[in-house]
Amino acid sequence: MKLQVQKLYTDFLIIGGGTAGCWAALAFSENSNKKILIVEKANIKRSGCLAAGVNALNAYIAPGKKPQDYVDYARADAAEIVRGDLLLTMAQGLNRAVNGLEKAGLTILKDEHGGYAMRGERNVKINGENIKPILARKISSNPQISVLNRVNAFEYIVSGNRICGVYAIGIDSPVLYVIYARAVLCSTGGACGLYKPNNPGFSRHKMWYPPFNTGAGYAMGILAGAEMTTLEMRFVALRCKDTIAPTGTLAQGVGAKQINSCGEVYENKYGISTSQRIYGTVVENLKGRGPCFLKTSGISKQQEFDLYKAYLNMAPLQTLKWVESGEGPSMKNVEIEGTEPYIVGGHTASGYWVSTERETTIRGLFAAGDVAGGCPQKYVSGALAEGEIAAKSALKYMDESFFEIDGKEISKRKQWLESFLNRLDSEFSTDELEGEMQAAMDKYAGGISSNYSFSEKSLGIADEKIFEIERKSENLAALDMMSLVYILELKERLTLCRSVIAHLAARKETRWHIFAENSDYPECSEKWKLYVNSKMENGKLNIILRPLVKEGEFYEH
Amino acid sequence: MSIEINKEKCVGCGRCTEVCPGSLIKIGENSNAEIKEPQRCWGCVSCAKECPVQAIALFLGKDIGGLGGRLFVKKEESLLHWTIVKPDGRKEIITVDSRESNKY
Ligand SMILES: Cc1cc2nc3c(=O)[nH]c(=O)nc-3n(C[C@H](O)[C@H](O)[C@H](O)COP(=O)(O)OP(=O)(O)OC[C@H]3O[C@@H](n4cnc5c(N)ncnc54)[C@H](O)[C@@H]3O)c2cc1C
Ligand code: SF4
Ligand code: SF4
Repeated sequence: MKLQVQKLYTDFLIIGGGTAGCWAALAFSENSNKKILIVEKANIKRSGCLAAGVNALNAYIAPGKKPQDYVDYARADAAEIVRGDLLLTMAQGLNRAVNGLEKAGLTILKDEHGGYAMRGERNVKINGENIKPILARKISSNPQISVLNRVNAFEYIVSGNRICGVYAIGIDSPVLYVIYARAVLCSTGGACGLYKPNNPGFSRHKMWYPPFNTGAGYAMGILAGAEMTTLEMRFVALRCKDTIAPTGTLAQGVGAKQINSCGEVYENKYGISTSQRIYGTVVENLKGRGPCFLKTSGISKQQEFDLYKAYLNMAPLQTLKWVESGEGPSMKNVEIEGTEPYIVGGHTASGYWVSTERETTIRGLFAAGDVAGGCPQKYVSGALAEGEIAAKSALKYMDESFFEIDGKEISKRKQWLESFLNRLDSEFSTDELEGEMQAAMDKYAGGISSNYSFSEKSLGIADEKIFEIERKSENLAALDMMSLVYILELKERLTLCRSVIAHLAARKETRWHIFAENSDYPECSEKWKLYVNSKMENGKLNIILRPLVKEGEFYEH
Repeated sequence: MSIEINKEKCVGCGRCTEVCPGSLIKIGENSNAEIKEPQRCWGCVSCAKECPVQAIALFLGKDIGGLGGRLFVKKEESLLHWTIVKPDGRKEIITVDSRESNKY
């Protein structure tokens, strides 16, 4: 198969038309009449984290609260390793983002005074089933914004540490796109599929994070020499067993407590930060007091019915499970488990090292949402707020001229991609190598089967194995464009795995249980109140330690 | 967990192929929608919500305790009518209005 080369030019290029990407496009168009192009691997109508719908808007500043309160909460949850400047600027934009979503057509529950009805201190209750179609509708009615759906980005075009654009391939047609832009936003979301999942068989994609967010943004950044931060702070979610449906709705909605198999409430014993809730569950299991549950039995039939509806709006398979088994949550407690680790900068602090203006260390390349680091607890509204900040910064930056790459460079990419397409057979399949990678990460880099724990020695083994799989992946064969995308996805996961391993090894303490459970250094240490960053230079990944940045500071590279 | 497409019902409109976040559905032979690798499905239900004739059903894989029930959904303006066909063939219908917020 031969690829056709197509060159495109735009002012503001957005890679990934998800939550942050769509909002950035809209914010940019409100402030400028320049052209915007979104490159999206799926279709913006239902892509990324929002495809199935979400349950609530988890980040909002309630009346009587201040953005600083949100910063304090996120800092405590992350045991200090956050960027104060990023959290504060995001928190200041949260309520504007939520209002904007409501104006766009999202249903938000109101209280008797006409304000938003809150779930706890920070969450707004919504009907989030159609949140992505609502965003997509706003985009399609905006003549300034063009969308390339079913186009998968895989490598930045960079010259002298300035972003020039991106290489991408068509999923439905054999096209190599060379896209030039004056400024670029990376909003490709986080990464899953690095570790063996909870259900590795037929239902292996029944995971929390969208299995189609494979970490392209991280990998492109790492390979282009962008500085990355806190990749060692992995995210593990506490989920309903089997369906991997959210548990927050049960805990916060009907007040269900975490109990062990003896019926004892254990959640208060370990603390209630995200990682402590999962840590408690793992320890109870290790001590022989598992499995663990959320105690729902005894809730009313009305509560049960409301739960059925709430789950249909975000994780419909959980409702199917309850109804098909004839055992709803009012009769039977819901078993819970921790997921495999993900890299998600919207929940933890891992991702691009950015300036206060959300510019990465590559000039003209901005980052927002789950792919951007330093700013945990973003969720939907924080991703929108960051998208807006990044769009405004990109507008200020706008490079005057396009830098066009040498034709030889384009031919090199074309030949490399065609080598996969023209190879008739390969010793391994992409799926087999993916399984090998996930098994290695699971066993040696702190996956589920090792109770999320690792040592320097085990990480060394993981790194060797990933290196070997990387080598094998050069000889894979692709039947069509879709299988070529699968090869690129595997490669970006492998790139990210090696960086995650290096970060896990670099932080010589255990600051967060589960997220980075270092068995050589099981205690938290004052000395490690700093950022672990990394940067690829001449093919070598170097670790950089940086002091904490507080709110009020304006951080520039 | 995955989807199942009813060939008899499918009219080949292609709407499901457009929205799948994993680009997993294609229009195949006889102009029917097909999912070649059902094990790649995330279970987001985007495809079933788009289908005008309810040709798409979701099910839980046996490996995660699925018992053979099927989940269908029909969209009518702001309403989503969900039908769960239980393993014994009995049906339960739950309607959710997207103008109504979650209670939790
Ligand atoms: C199942 C689930 C439930 C959640 N529930 C809630 C909730 O109830 N409340 C809440 O506040 N938060 C919730 N969150 C968190 C929140 O949804 C995310 O943090 C947020 O949506 C992330 O936005 P994003 O723009 O970074 O990523 P996404 O919205 O996922 O966007 C990334 C986009 O990039 C595209 N893309 C990826 N790679 C490429 C590539 N190589 N080329 C082109 N395009 C690419 C993807 O297809 C996708 O469209 C939930 C997350 C998940 C996964
Ligand atoms: S349920 Fe979602 S992931 Fe599965 S086939 Fe349908 S649209 Fe694709
Ligand atoms: S949306 Fe329904 S009718 Fe249309 S192609 Fe898909 S399965 Fe067939």
